[in-house]
Parts: sequence; structure tokens; C-alpha cells
Amino acid sequence: MKHIDLTSHVTGTSQYVDDIPLAEGTLHAAVFGSPVAHGRLNQLQLAKALAYPGVAAILTSTDVPGDNQIGGIIPDEPLLAESDLHFMGQPIALVLADSDFAAREARSLIEVAIEELEPVVRPREAYAKGLIIGRERTFSMGDPDSAFAAAAHVFEGCGSCGGQEHLYIETQGAYAFPTESGHLRIVSSTQGPTAVQRTVARVLGIPMHNIEVDVRRLGGGFGGKEDQATPWAVMAALAAQVLNRPIKLVLHRLDDMAMTGKRHPYEFDYRIGLDDAFKIVAYDVQFYQDAGAAADLSPAVLERTLFHFTNTYFVPHARARAASCRTNVTPHTAFRGFGGPQGMFAIECAIAHAADELGVTPKTIQAANLLAEGDTFPYGQVAEHARAKACWAALAEHAKLQELEASVRSYNQDHVLSKRGIALMPICFGISFTKTHMNQAGALVHVYQDGSVSISTGAVEMGQGVSTKMVQVAAREFGIPASSVRIETTNTTRVANTSPSAASASADLNGKALQRACAKVAGRMMDVAASILKCERSLLRTQGNCVLRDNQPTGLNFHDLASACYLQRVNLSAFSHYATPGVHFDANQEQGHPFAYHVYGCAAVMATVDGLRGTYEFDLVYIAHDFGSSINPDVDLGQAEGGLVQGLGWMTCEELYYDDRGRLRSNALSTYKVPDVYAAPKEIIVDFLDLPGSPAAIYQSKAIGEPPLMYGIGGFFAIREALKAFGAYLPFVAPVTHERVLMAVAQKVPFGKHAGACE
Amino acid sequence: MQPTTFILNDKQVVASGPQSAPLLDYLRESARLCGTKIGCREGDCGACTVLVGRIVNGDLSYRSFTSCLMPIGRAQGCHVVTIEGIRGAELTPVQRAMVEQSASQCGFCTPGFVMSMTAFALEGRRESDLRTVVDGNICRCTGYKSIERALAKLSDNLNGAPNTPDRLTWLIEHGYVPGYFKEVADRLRELNAEPVAGSGTVVLSGGTDLNVQRPESMLSETPIWPALPTTDDPFVVADGYVSCPGSASMEQLRLSSTVSQLIPNINEYLRLVASTPVRSLASIAGNLANASPIGDTTIMLLALGAELDLGEGWLPLDEFYLGYKQTARRPDQIIECIRFPVPSPYFHFEKVSKRTHLDIASVNTAMHIRVQESVITSARLSAGGVAPIPLFLRHTSSQLIGLTVNAETASWAAQMASDEAQPISDIRGSAEYKRMLLERLVLAHFISLFPSIEAEVAVS
Repeated sequence: MKHIDLTSHVTGTSQYVDDIPLAEGTLHAAVFGSPVAHGRLNQLQLAKALAYPGVAAILTSTDVPGDNQIGGIIPDEPLLAESDLHFMGQPIALVLADSDFAAREARSLIEVAIEELEPVVRPREAYAKGLIIGRERTFSMGDPDSAFAAAAHVFEGCGSCGGQEHLYIETQGAYAFPTESGHLRIVSSTQGPTAVQRTVARVLGIPMHNIEVDVRRLGGGFGGKEDQATPWAVMAALAAQVLNRPIKLVLHRLDDMAMTGKRHPYEFDYRIGLDDAFKIVAYDVQFYQDAGAAADLSPAVLERTLFHFTNTYFVPHARARAASCRTNVTPHTAFRGFGGPQGMFAIECAIAHAADELGVTPKTIQAANLLAEGDTFPYGQVAEHARAKACWAALAEHAKLQELEASVRSYNQDHVLSKRGIALMPICFGISFTKTHMNQAGALVHVYQDGSVSISTGAVEMGQGVSTKMVQVAAREFGIPASSVRIETTNTTRVANTSPSAASASADLNGKALQRACAKVAGRMMDVAASILKCERSLLRTQGNCVLRDNQPTGLNFHDLASACYLQRVNLSAFSHYATPGVHFDANQEQGHPFAYHVYGCAAVMATVDGLRGTYEFDLVYIAHDFGSSINPDVDLGQAEGGLVQGLGWMTCEELYYDDRGRLRSNALSTYKVPDVYAAPKEIIVDFLDLPGSPAAIYQSKAIGEPPLMYGIGGFFAIREALKAFGAYLPFVAPVTHERVLMAVAQKVPFGKHAGACE
Repeated sequence: MQPTTFILNDKQVVASGPQSAPLLDYLRESARLCGTKIGCREGDCGACTVLVGRIVNGDLSYRSFTSCLMPIGRAQGCHVVTIEGIRGAELTPVQRAMVEQSASQCGFCTPGFVMSMTAFALEGRRESDLRTVVDGNICRCTGYKSIERALAKLSDNLNGAPNTPDRLTWLIEHGYVPGYFKEVADRLRELNAEPVAGSGTVVLSGGTDLNVQRPESMLSETPIWPALPTTDDPFVVADGYVSCPGSASMEQLRLSSTVSQLIPNINEYLRLVASTPVRSLASIAGNLANASPIGDTTIMLLALGAELDLGEGWLPLDEFYLGYKQTARRPDQIIECIRFPVPSPYFHFEKVSKRTHLDIASVNTAMHIRVQESVITSARLSAGGVAPIPLFLRHTSSQLIGLTVNAETASWAAQMASDEAQPISDIRGSAEYKRMLLERLVLAHFISLFPSIEAEVAVS
């Protein structure tokens, strides 16, 4: 089944926040942000801005009726700055005017007096100064110290990976409407409608039931609208309440890039110990996460780094320490992979380092350490249905890896100024929110008396196809065509207390809740059908709108059955709730069973480096992925390809560039480059492995949103392998931009110098 | 304020308001055509791509433009087509191909892709690399492969389409565009409106730079519109020179058969410059006048020895730049014409940027030499991104004359060019990198033009 939004997308009729027809009296909002990365706000002069024609009001922190606080995990982030300024772009005031243009022009007339303070822009520097958010975390298994002492080979080094701008093509936005009796209706481009509702309640000092949050779809999210859609919705709500006018707040791209957080940059120090058979006997890593100026989701992101610091390898003696370091840049936030990619990148660096030293390819070490059934993860969970080796083997066979490697060798012999490299990137990603309580969802289903069906869940459609999968669940449970099912907006008045659409888990959680809700109604309907057809209910089922008895048509169809149920006063609606069973985690012991299951896969990435110009291309990416029993291969293929390319972007051309005053210079699409059509690999082959799925996945169709992103890490190492063919050893610093490639080739970064680039 | 009259989809409209204002805002706010999306407002994402049809040389010719940059005054007398304007009872073959290949996820960029592909269908141009068709559209969801599959399908479907003038009829019959397109040419001829020339405060052509650099202040400017070329290939060879009106677009340069006969790689070079909708909108004169130290066509034209006519006779381009963003042009002067001597076969352009396409160069450079029996008789090298102005490498160029083309000369030239450059560190790279890159790219000129020396060149 195709993505249900395709037709409206290609005809331009899909509606997003910015497309909602303007309500009469709407005011447009522009956000005035801090012009410095660190400082004290001594004076705010609004008179000139207020005098600009069309300006209705300018709101500041003193206009907040409730708690001026939006921090979800740790209350350390005001909605509007009071006196302390912690990052450039930090919202200080909200200008409301009768046009977007007037609001922005007036904004430029706001004057401030600021005492500027020295910004901290590097996580190691913050760490050294004790600027740590939350607590340092340590995951440990076995006895790493003794294991290092006994290891035949020990190598240590350091590396870093940069942040990543989400660059959803639809910028952040919200539209708030005062309704009556102090109620607000907010249309928000958010992955977390409940987070918006909860935060508006807190900031406005009103109960959650006074706030309705509605989401049709997002023009991309990627984690950037999990927590950070909230401030804009809250600002719109605040102004709507204070001014009793509809308020539209859609960020311009430059504001969005300057004011919103990104994927966390990390720096790390590693130590890896191996035996003579290339078994990793010990691994120790320290992560310095650049959390930005406030906690946001950083502690949770940090935790997932720890959950994935051994990637898909079994390391008997492993230890990882990690700290969220407070710097003076935008508070960093969720991004597809949620800390996992950074953890995996670090161990792949350690493996590549060891491989250089031991004179083998990284593949040799990777293959020797893949997780096996029954192996324990450092957090105590035991690998069940482990597919690491199966994926690896499938890749080697299906991608004809040996032939591919031979072709690379002969290419490199034949070319002087151009070299190829190939890297393998096996992955293992845990599925579930690592905050156990978030693993719940609700779904509401109505069968109307004409047999048409309406469903609502807590899942937010952002392109990932979750709405399509929900329609499939309802169609399958009722035995009716998908065209009979309509998915409604995600709305807090229909499904309450939802978790954000994140952690790849939305289809599982909401699908299972929906499955239950549909089963309730379908069960009642089949009772009625049994009484109409005067037969045992167990003989009946529905398919393609027809009620079948012993698989034979009965003449009764779903429409007539719905109508009969209505006339017999049978309840045709149901709400159900689902909570993932068996997941738990003790953050004091750092042990538990946090994941419902794991997703595995392996990619081979081939890159060609132009040693004259320092440029590169990806020739081929072959992915052998563990989809389980995909309920929608079409949607899942799109997630795999899209995730891969986004991961390649993170590793290659996407570079955040801050100056030493903490100003983001890569603040536009002209200066921050995501992959375009030419930057995508020339060929991507996705192999759907024929492996059983997990019962914890909806219809055993495994979660797909995040895992493929991490195949992109293979891009870094493919380029690195190609550079080795030039005799250059690329330092473990991502992204590997054209500049880094040329500098590595030209300076022939010698062996042994590549791992020590950190201070 | 001069109102703008044009046909928007199937309706004739009159837009009041500043002529320099972006078409995009009119489409979404005044016309409420919300299928055209706002992604970046600087021509870098393509979510706002629309078609603009104009009568050129008597025929209706369509191009794709980014409506966020296009000054609405440029729409005067044109047919502007948004995604709503291709809507019929059924999906078009472009839309069907996108649906069949699941080439859309969040959907926000999708109308832009559909319009770029529809432009390709209407233009009937051939592309050696189909990716060029969507080189101005960024998709953050799909990873592009599904879009490429849709493109391949589209290209197959278009194989049977005749070329102009029957093409439009064929496209209407096959559902690519609705039937009302048939009458558009006549309606435009009847409308007979051209951008009003005359006095103003700023010369505005495509707006691809001014509407990025200062969109707010542009609203209070009155544009002086240079006359647009009256043919699809506005390049002419005469009296030993290749010449074109300043308003010739970069896309016209890419597709010019006149130029490609002299510079066979021109298409390949221009594919490294901006994107299809931006190249279609941007004029070559605008690139020169903007005086960006990194302008791609500027760098090419410097090496080609171009001259420009500001209405006061020919001025060598290498004397046009006085300092950072300063030129010999008075604000009211239009670069009316550009010419360069018919080049030898030894012209080459190199560009490296963070992202190979649709990006501003870290360093770009061009070289044009004339050679007689392996001896260089004239040489012009230029480089961008290494000085406050687009740099004509005067010293390096002069020193090459009389030398034999070989690996030693190449290395020497590369070293000299690098020494002549004065790059600074910025977001496009460190000074050290840019210096080294220029050296490498000058080597690349020689290796590309004289492949036999590749093996001899010692790349340090």
C-alpha cells in the first residue's frame, strides 16, 4: 500500500501550519533573540518597535502569567529570557503585529543593553569548568581494568563528530486560536502534541483540559520537533491568551536555524584492547556531549549514547562514561538516532584505529566481534533474536562483497589521482523509549453507521508513513479496504497523554493500541453478524468489506453490518491503550531491560576520492536490513534510503560552523549544506532480509525510523579507506568535508598521528 | 507604483505592490495558492519552484524559477504556473510517476519537485544526467533515489513527445498540463505586456542576489529592468567575438549551442553553478555586477578575456572590479552587452565547494590558454574565493607565455597561482585550504586539458 498522503502531496493540496487560512484578526509573531551567546540583559527598549505601524504588542517574560519555564527533563530553560542570556538567538521578546513583515521590521527596532560575558563553545572546555547538566553517567560491564592489563594490544585515541541541523523543509510553526472561556486551540507542527499541551498549561497557569493541540502533519521533523516545536507553540498560545487574538508564529529559516537546537556534537576519548584473534576484550570510552545552553532532551540523548556505545559488538569488559556539557549554543535536542549514532561512531573509530595498528582492515575486527544470541549488552539486557551475524553474512553474500573488494583493489592499482574505499557498517539499535513510562499509547476508533471508519492515535505523521501504517492496521483488523478508513488529525482531545512520535516506536505503540481498539469494535460487530446470520461467530470473518462464513460470502457487507449494529444500539466506538510489556530500566544501577527488541542490519559503503581536488562520491551503498515482516515495504524502503542519506550528510557535507563568539555562521541553506540529488549515492540497494520479526513489533514489522541513519557512518570510513590508499590516515573528526579530505591527502597525515588530534 | 499584469494559472491578474517583492508572497498571501511552499527564501531549497512562460521570439517558452527570489515585476506579461495550475481531473504523468515510485514522504518539498519535472517536460531539453532536472530541489526525507526512479520513468514517458511547436499539444493530450495552456500564447500576445523600462533606483534582473542579500530594503527600490534576450540562444559569434546581452541567463549559457561549439564542456561547467531554476532566473550581468569574489560565471569570463558594455564602450572585465563589492558601474548603468574573443580549445573551469552542486565555491578557477606547437602563446587564469575581488591572476598569466605545456609548467603555474592568491579563512574554508585548493585546481586545468601529463604531475 502506498503512503496515503502521496496524492495530496504531489498535487500540493496537503495542508501544513503555514497553509491554514488566516482567521480574522490574526496577529503575526516574530521572535526577538539574544544578540550574544552569553551575557546579562540590563535593559530592553521597546518604544521604537512598539511605534512601528501595525504593531499590537511586544511580550516579554513579565507577561507570562504562569511559570516561565519550558524545560522538560530539567527546569532550566525559560520561555523568554529574564536577565541571563545563554545562547545567541535565545528568545527574549515576542513582537505581535498585523503582518509578518511589520512584526519583523519592528523586531529590528528593539534595542538592548547587554553586558557580554565570555562564551563557552567547546564541550571539553565546559567539562573542565564543571559545567555539566544532570549527572555524569557510567555504564559498565565486566572488569575493564583487568582486561586492559591482560590484553595483547591496547590502543587509545580520541575523536569528535559534529552536530547536525535537522533542516526539515517546513520550519517550526504554530497557530493559536482563543476559543471561549479561556480555552485555546493550537495547531502546531510538533512531534509531541502532549508536550505542547503540558507546557502551555504550565506557562499560562491553566489546566491541560483548557488546551487543545491539533496536528495534521509535519513537513519533516527528524527529532527537531519533538521538544523544540514547543516554545513556538507556547509563545503563540501566550500571545493568544494575553491579547485574545489568533496568533500565527512561523519561523523564517534563518531564525529557525539560529534559534533551534541540533544533533549533539560529541567529543570522545577511547581505549580499546584486543587479543591476537582480533577479539575486543576491553573497551573504555569517555563522551563529552555538547548539550548547548539548557538540558532540553540532552540527558536522554546521552543515555542512548551509552545504550549504543558498543554498537553491534559483544565486548565482555566495557565501560563508558558520559557527561552533558553546558555550552553557550542553542540547546541541542533529539535527532534521528538520538545519541546512538555518536556512540556507534566512537567505537567504529576505535576499531579503525586498532585495524590501522594491527595492519588489517576494520572489517576483520568487526566480523570477529559481532553479537551472538545470548550475549549481554553492557546495560544488562540479553540479546534475543540477535541478527548481527545473519545480517553480516547476508550482506557479504548478496552484495558479492569479495568481488566488490577485488574491484576496489584493481581500481586503486589503475588510478593515481583517484582511489576507492569500501567500509562495512553493521548496526544494532534498541527499540523503545529508554524512559520506560513513555512506552504507552492510545487509540480511538469510530465505525460510522455507513461502515466508514475513523481512527485517531497519538502518532504524528511527519512523512515517515505512520498514518499509512495505522490505516493498514485498522483495515486489517476490520477486514475492510484501506479506502474505508480515514485517519484523523493527532489531537489531544481525542487521544490524551501521548508520547511524542519518536524513538522509531510510534507505529509499534500506536499500532498496538489501535489494534486493540479495532478488535473491540470488530468483536461487537461480529456478534451482531453472528446473530443476523444465525451461526457461530468463530466461523465469521470480514474481507474486502464482505462478511464471510467459512470463507464464503454471506451477502452481508460491512456497511450493512455497521448500520445493523447502530440500530441494535451496539457501541461502534472504542478507545484502547497499550503499554509495552517487559521493559524496565534502573538508572541507579544502569541495568535493566530497556528495549522491547533490537533492529539489526549491515551496510557496505563504497566511495571514490578525487585526490587532486579533495572531493568524493559515493558509488554504491548496499544495505542488508532486518525489517522483520514489513507491513509496508514501500514506506520502509523510503525510510531506509532517506535515513542512510541523512546519515551520510551528517558524516560528510553537513558542517555546523560557529565563530568564537558562539555565533552560528552556517545559518542558512546557502552555508549549511545537506545532501542534494547529486550527493546521494549513485546506487542504493536495500535488501529486505527474510528473517522473522519481533512479537513486540506491530505485526512483527520492525521499527524503521532511526536505524538506517547509522549506515551513514559507513560513509566516513569508506572515505577513510580510500584515503589510506593514498597513504593518508584521516583523523577521527567528522564531518569529513572536502577540506578535511584535501588536507589529509595533501599533508599525507602519517600513520600514528591520526588519532591524537584532540586536546 | 507600476502594477504587474500577468496570467496566473488560467486567470489574468494584476498585482499591485512593489515590483521587486518576491512572487512567492503574492502567490501565497494574495492569491492564496498555498501549494507553493516556503522553505528557505533564498533559492536554495526549491520548495517554491514555479513555471514561468514567456513569449520568446514569437513562441511561448517555459522555465522553472524559484518564486522566493523572482521579483514579481519580472512576471509582467508572463504566464506563471503554480502546482494548482497543472491540476486536472487526474494526476499528471509527472505526479503519477512520483506516486508510483513513492517519491514523497513529508510532502513539503514535493510541489517544487513536480514543478521542476513539469518544466523539463515543457522545455523539451535533453539532459545527459537526469539529476539536473531536480538539481534545485532539496528533499530531506527520501534520499532522492525514489525521485530519480520517478525521473527515469518520466524521461521514458517523454520519449514520444515531439519538439516544439507541437510539443505543447502533445503534452496537453497526454495530460502533462491542462487544456487551458493551449490558449495561453495567444492570451499573452494579446496582453502584450513587458516589464516597463525606465528610471528607477536599482538595476534588477533575476533578483537571485539582491533578493537574498537585502530582501527587506529591496521593497522600497524601484527596479530598472534590463531588456530580456529575445531568443533562446542569445549568444552570437561575429568579428572574432562571442557576445550576448547582459541579461542572458546562466541557463541560456549552459544550453547555448553557439557556446557549446566553442566550449564543449560548457554544460558540464554550468551544472556546477547554482541550480536550474536559479540559473534560469539569474543573468550573467547580475553575476558580474554583484561583484562577489566567488562568482562562477565571473571567473569563467575573466579567463575568457571578457569585456562589458555599460553604454560607454567596451571595458575589460579585469578592470571592472575596484575593491570588495565595488565596481566601475554607476548604480543606474546597465551592463548591456558582454563579449569575449572566440576561445581556443584550451579553456577549463574548476570549482570545489562543500557540496559539489548548488553551493558557493570554496575556490573556483578558470584557465584559457592559446598554444602553438606546445608553446603557450597567451594565457589567462582567474580565481575566486582567494581575494576581495574575483581575481584575474595577472602575474601567473603573464609568466606562462612562452612556456611549453608539460608537467613542470603545470606545477610551476599552480605554485605561482597559489602565491598570487590572498585567501582569508571563513565558512568556506581556511586560508591554508583555499591556497592549497587553488594550487590543485590549477594543476587540474592542465591535467584536464592535457591528460598525458597526469602521470608526470607529482602531487605532493
